[in-house]
Amino acid sequence: MLPPFKLEQAINQIVQEEWGRILAALTKSTGNLQLAEDSLQDAVESALQHWSIQGLPEFPAAWLIQTARRKAIDRLRRESNFARLQPEISYLIDLQNRAELEDVEVIPDKRLELIFTCCHPAIEEKTKVALTLRTLGGLSTEEIAKSFLDKPQTMAQRLTRAKQKIALAGIPYKVPCTEDLPERLNAVLRVIYFIFNEGYQASRGKLITRGDLADEAIRLCRIIANLLPKQPEITGLLALMLLHDSRRFARQKANGEMVSLENQNRQSWDKQKITEGTQLIKAALSQQKVGPYQLQAAISAVHAESQQWQDTDWTQIAALYQLLYTLQPTPVIKINHAVAVSYAESAKDALALLDTIAESTDIQNYQPYHAARADILKRAGQVKEAILHFDKAIELTQNTAEKIFLQARKID
Amino acid sequence: MQYICLIYKNEAAGPQPGSEEFGAYIQAYQEFTQLVQKDGVFEAGDALQPAATATTITNHNGKVETTDGPFAETKEQLGGYYLLDCKDLDEALHYAAKIPSAKHGRIEVRPVMVFDN
Repeated sequence: MLPPFKLEQAINQIVQEEWGRILAALTKSTGNLQLAEDSLQDAVESALQHWSIQGLPEFPAAWLIQTARRKAIDRLRRESNFARLQPEISYLIDLQNRAELEDVEVIPDKRLELIFTCCHPAIEEKTKVALTLRTLGGLSTEEIAKSFLDKPQTMAQRLTRAKQKIALAGIPYKVPCTEDLPERLNAVLRVIYFIFNEGYQASRGKLITRGDLADEAIRLCRIIANLLPKQPEITGLLALMLLHDSRRFARQKANGEMVSLENQNRQSWDKQKITEGTQLIKAALSQQKVGPYQLQAAISAVHAESQQWQDTDWTQIAALYQLLYTLQPTPVIKINHAVAVSYAESAKDALALLDTIAESTDIQNYQPYHAARADILKRAGQVKEAILHFDKAIELTQNTAEKIFLQARKID
Repeated sequence: MQYICLIYKNEAAGPQPGSEEFGAYIQAYQEFTQLVQKDGVFEAGDALQPAATATTITNHNGKVETTDGPFAETKEQLGGYYLLDCKDLDEALHYAAKIPSAKHGRIEVRPVMVFDN
């Protein structure tokens, strides 16, 4: 038997790893996400009690799902509309009777179905993220509230309302039909990438890296990639996140100060993540169904393979951004394209590109535009004009680390 | 599950009676109705007279008050509905997107409440 401290850790680890898989299977068999979640929560509490006395069972995940099923049956029996629920109860009892203490591998994997439910277009964008973190990530409501800087109570209400909508509006637990798949998959990938970016860059907080969320996003993407093969955009996103994340420890000093790509110590980049990310993006591109995540990963891979900043293949990066802009004509991509052009061609060409989007008022209040323009101007020796844009960029920045970075850049 | 598809549109938008496009618009509605009937999901569906014909009534504290016009004076008014029996929201949304007025207005899809006995 394990000592209590380690046991609690072991239980937490099992719960975190298996939560999504067990919850998805329970949701599929009960047809009710709230019931599945409550029952699994009961089972986890039960596990903490039993396992601390009897030690870990041989198949903890199987123990959890069976206990959760029993708890679900109990909960259904306590319902006021008990008679109408009889078919569900019989089905669960039947499942329970047939089940042996199986390994988790034989529990049908329904996580893909569940993530499509959580990211359904009928659910509001922020709620999609919260639901995905709760149901597939197994994060607690408190943890999710914290990452959104929300009150736990507000987050709990948001999650409850969403689960009610899923049940009452009949949002299905299924992989969408072929016709809907591209758009629906896009929504899933957007949620995963949002989680990653929340972990990677907390826009309102002090520290830039909140590794747990970034790790969780990568873990979720791996699951989806395994369950839905031959979708190069999933692989592309996974590669993109790995390549970004390879710089996790290089992009920030101990005091929280941000380090630009140019000044990062490339020795501290995570080689393993770079190797995996690069292999994945090559495999994805070879399928010849190019998409925005693949192109962004390819750009990141070009950076990753340069031994030093001076070796960066800017011509290739500029070409990739140009292609990306045709798929996703957004200001941020145009800005990145311009920055690449400023290195590959000239500041004049780069500024001309920025001029093509400078007209709109939104851009005038868009921090990355001013930061990029300031930097290009400074490198071209147009100091006075550069300072104007630095000041505007600093004014528009909310992240403390980034403010310090821009201040330093302005005067160096 | 039963879903009601509430058709909201600006009455001045889209093809108007007497115009050339109006015939095709009505034809599209007929085709949609035939489709949902053929697929076995149709329960009911009707078009409503314009919002100008609406009368709104309240009976608060035993006092009946009648007002000329719809409940809310908004640009988009309820113009009709379909009641469909679908297996889930995805199916209902698929049909709702095919309602001809989705091109000019909005379709609100709501599940019908089921009471436990």
